Amino acid sequence: MITLVVNGKKHLVDVAPDTPLLWVVREELHLTGTKYGCGEGICGSCTVLIEGKAERSCQIKVKDAQGKKITTIEGVTNHPVKKAWLSDEVSQCGWCQPGQIMSAVSLLKEKPQPTDADIDSAMEGNLCRCGTYQRIRTAIHTAAAMTGKGGAR
Amino acid sequence: MNDIMKVSRRSFLTTSAMVGGGLILGFYLPGRDYAIAAKSSAALFAPNAFLRVGHDGAVTFIINHSEMGQGVCTSLPMLIAEELECDWRKVKVEEAPVDPAYNNPAFGAQGTGGSTSTWTEWERFPKAGATAREMLIAAAAKGWKVDPSTCRAENGRVIHKSGKSTGYGELVDKAAKMPVPKDVQLKKPEQYKIVGKPLHRLDSPAKINGTAEFGLDVRFPDMLTVLIAHPPVFGGKVKSFKAERAKAVPGVKNVIQVPSGVAVAATGFWAAWKGREALEIIWDEGEWARLNTPEMVKEYAHMAATPGTIARKDGDPDKAYGLVPRKLTAEYNVPYLAHATMEPLNCCIVPRKDGCDIWTGTQSQTGDRNAAARILGLKPEQVMLHTTFLGGGFGRRANPASDFVSTAAHVVKEIKKPVKVVWTREDDMKAGYYRPLWYDRLMAGFNEKGDLIAWWHTIVGQSITTGTAFEKMLVKNGIDETSVEGARDIPYAIPNLLVDLHSPRLGVPVQWWRSVGHSHNAFVVESFLDEVAHSVGKDPFEFRRVLLADKPRHRGVLELAAAKAGWGSPLPAGHGRGIAVHESYGSFIAHVAEVSVDPKGKVRVHRVVCAVDCGRFVNPDTIEAQMESGVVFGLSAALYGEITLKNGRVEQSNYHDYPVLRINEMPRVEVHIVTSKEEPGGIGEPGVPTVAPALANAVFAATGVRVRSLPIRAEELKKG
Repeated sequence: MITLVVNGKKHLVDVAPDTPLLWVVREELHLTGTKYGCGEGICGSCTVLIEGKAERSCQIKVKDAQGKKITTIEGVTNHPVKKAWLSDEVSQCGWCQPGQIMSAVSLLKEKPQPTDADIDSAMEGNLCRCGTYQRIRTAIHTAAAMTGKGGAR
Repeated sequence: MNDIMKVSRRSFLTTSAMVGGGLILGFYLPGRDYAIAAKSSAALFAPNAFLRVGHDGAVTFIINHSEMGQGVCTSLPMLIAEELECDWRKVKVEEAPVDPAYNNPAFGAQGTGGSTSTWTEWERFPKAGATAREMLIAAAAKGWKVDPSTCRAENGRVIHKSGKSTGYGELVDKAAKMPVPKDVQLKKPEQYKIVGKPLHRLDSPAKINGTAEFGLDVRFPDMLTVLIAHPPVFGGKVKSFKAERAKAVPGVKNVIQVPSGVAVAATGFWAAWKGREALEIIWDEGEWARLNTPEMVKEYAHMAATPGTIARKDGDPDKAYGLVPRKLTAEYNVPYLAHATMEPLNCCIVPRKDGCDIWTGTQSQTGDRNAAARILGLKPEQVMLHTTFLGGGFGRRANPASDFVSTAAHVVKEIKKPVKVVWTREDDMKAGYYRPLWYDRLMAGFNEKGDLIAWWHTIVGQSITTGTAFEKMLVKNGIDETSVEGARDIPYAIPNLLVDLHSPRLGVPVQWWRSVGHSHNAFVVESFLDEVAHSVGKDPFEFRRVLLADKPRHRGVLELAAAKAGWGSPLPAGHGRGIAVHESYGSFIAHVAEVSVDPKGKVRVHRVVCAVDCGRFVNPDTIEAQMESGVVFGLSAALYGEITLKNGRVEQSNYHDYPVLRINEMPRVEVHIVTSKEEPGGIGEPGVPTVAPALANAVFAATGVRVRSLPIRAEELKKG
C-alpha cells in the first residue's frame, strides 16, 4: 500500500510501486483531469504540482511521490489562472489545458509578473496541437495582472 | 467553392426538396425526434431533434457535430438560440446519439469533417429554434386567450404586448401539445442578437477544471485497459506469439489475437503496458517491408515525369508550352504527416445483454457504429454510440475503416467485458493513417512581358478515398478529388493549363489530414507561383493581384493581408516576408509571414498576418481561434512534420522525433475577418493551407533559398 496526499486528501493505493503517478491519479483516484499525452515527459499534458512545483506525472514513479503534497487540476480552485483562461478564451479541444494551467500556476508562484520570455521558458514543455499558445501568453499576463491588483477576485 | 461542396450543397437542397413539405418534415421527424431529444429527461418540451426545454426553463441543445476544439458546441447552439430567444446563460449542450435525424446533410451519415458543420446547419438549426419559439408563443397566447401575433419571445420568456410575460419553463407542457408550425419566419442578419457576436465557449469551464470527459477518461467498474501490439510493418500479420510472460505480469487478464495484432487486457494502463512489453510475437511482415522513403521519393519523381490521368485541361498546354520563349520547371515534395492529436486514439465498449455501448471521441458516428455492429453480429440499432469530447481530431478520428472502434469491437467480442482500448503515443505515431507523401512536377511558360501563358502540374501521391466508402462520391474518372483539390481549381487566369495525377497504390495507410489535398496543393501552387513571379522580376503580391482580376474574394483577402502586414515596408536586416492566398471549403484565406533565418539555418517566424473571408459567420472569436490554430498546425508541419519509413517501419515514435511547434516558437498572429454577406464557408481547415507557402516564400525573401521540400531543413538554409 502506498500513501498519497492529493489535493489535501490522503489516499491509500494498492498499485505496483513503479506505476507512473499519472496512471494512479487517473485510474485509482479517478482524477482524470490530468492527461496522458506522450508518456515521455515531453508534452506536458500530465503536469501536476508536487510541493507546488510543476512536474510531469508520467515520469514519476508512484513510490517516489509518497508523502509529498500533490496538486492536480481538480485541486486548483478559484485561481486567477483559471479565471484568465476563461476570460481570454484559451481552450480549444481542451486536452492539454489542465497541464498548461498547472504549469502556469507554478510559473506565477515563482514569478508573479512574468515577461513573455519567462512565459516561453516556463511553458515550452507543454504542447498544444490546437495552437492556443498566443492566448496562453495573454492569459498568463491577465492572471498576473489580477494577482498584482490584490489577488483573485 | 470546390466541387465536393457544390455537390454536397446541391444534394442537400435536393434532399430537402424531395421530402415534400420542406425542411421541417424532412429534418425534424417530429414524433420520433421528440423521443430522441426527450430521452434523458421526463416531461419536457422537445419539438425537434435538436433541443429540449425543461420545466426550469433550461434549454439543452443536442448537437450532432463532434467537438474537437473547433467550437461547434458553441457556434451551433448560437444558431439555434438566435431564433429560440432563450436565455443564453442557461443553455446546455449534449452530443447527439446516432440516428438518421442527426446525419450531416453533406454526408448522408453522422460525422464531422470537411469543414461542413456551420454551413450545413445554417438553415436547419435556426429553423429548429424558430419552430420551438413559435410553439412556446402559441402556448402562451392560448393560455392568455390572445392572438399569438400580439406576443413576442425574448430571453427565455414569452411577452404579451400588455407587458405580462411567462417563462419558457412554465410553458413546456402546453407547448408540447401545440401543432408544429409548417413554416417559420427566420430573422434577417441585421436582426441578429447572438450570431456574429464573440460569445464565450460553452465547453470552456469544463475544460479548465478537469471535468470535461474525453474518450480516454471514460471509466466503468471492472473495465479492462487494452493495449494492442500492432504489426511493425503495415499489413503485417501475427505468425505466432507467446503470451506466458505477458500473462505473468500482475494485472494482465487476457492476451488474445485480433485482426490488427495482439491485444493485452489488464486492470490498468501500466499493467497492460508491461504485459505488452513481455509479449513475444513473430510477425509475417508482408510485402510492404520493402518500403523506404528515399526510394519512394525517387520512384514518385520518375512517375511525375510521365503523363498522368488528366484532371483538368484548358487551352492547348502542349503547344503553348512549346512556343513560349521563357520557361520554369520545378519539383516539389512533401512527406507523410501524422495527425498527432494530443489525446491518443482510444475506444471504450461496454457489452450489454441486448447489444453494447460505445464511448469514444469520433468524427464518424454512423460509420463507427455500423462497423462495430458488423463485427459483433448486432443490428446497428443495438449499438449505442456516445460521442465524448475529442482531444483533437484533424481528420484522424474520421477513419473510413473505423480502425480504433473496430479494434475495440474485436477485443470485446472475445473478452465480453467492458474494455477501453488505448493507443499509446508511439502506437498513435506508428500504427498509421497519415497525410500522403506527395511529389509534384510543375512547369510554367511565360511570354516576353512575363505573362503566364502555360501551367503544367503533375501530382503523384496515394488516393485516400480509393477502397473506402467515400470512393464512389469522390473518385471520378480516375481522379480522387481530394488529391487534386487546390491544384485543379487554381484561381489564376492562365490560358493553357494542365493538371494530371498519378495515384500509386501502396500499403501505407493514408487518410484526410486537416485541409486534406489543400494542405499539399496550396503549398506547391503558391510556392511555384512565387517562383514564377520572382523569375520574371515581379512583386509576388502584385503578380497575384493581376492574375486574380476576376476573383474578388481571393483578391480581397490578398489585399487585406498585404495591407495589414505592411507589404513592401522596410524590414529589419535578414528578415523576409512571404505571401500566399487560397480557397478551400468555401472560405478564402491569405497569409503574410515574416521570418528571419539565423546563420545555422534555423527559421524564426516573427509574425503571421491572416485575412479570412468565410462569408457569413457565427462567432468571430471562434474564427480567430481557428485561424491561430491553423497557423500553428501549418507551421508545425512545415518546420518539423515528417513521417518516414525504413524497411517498412515508421521511424518516428513520439514528440521528440515528430516535433510540433512549442510556445517559445509561436509568432505573433493577427487575424482580420472580412465582413461578408456571402454564403457561409468552413473554418476548421481553411486556415492551414496557406501557412506553409507563406512561410517558404518568406524564407526565400530572407535568404534567396527556395524551399521545395518539406519540412524546411536547416542544412539547406545554413550560410557557408
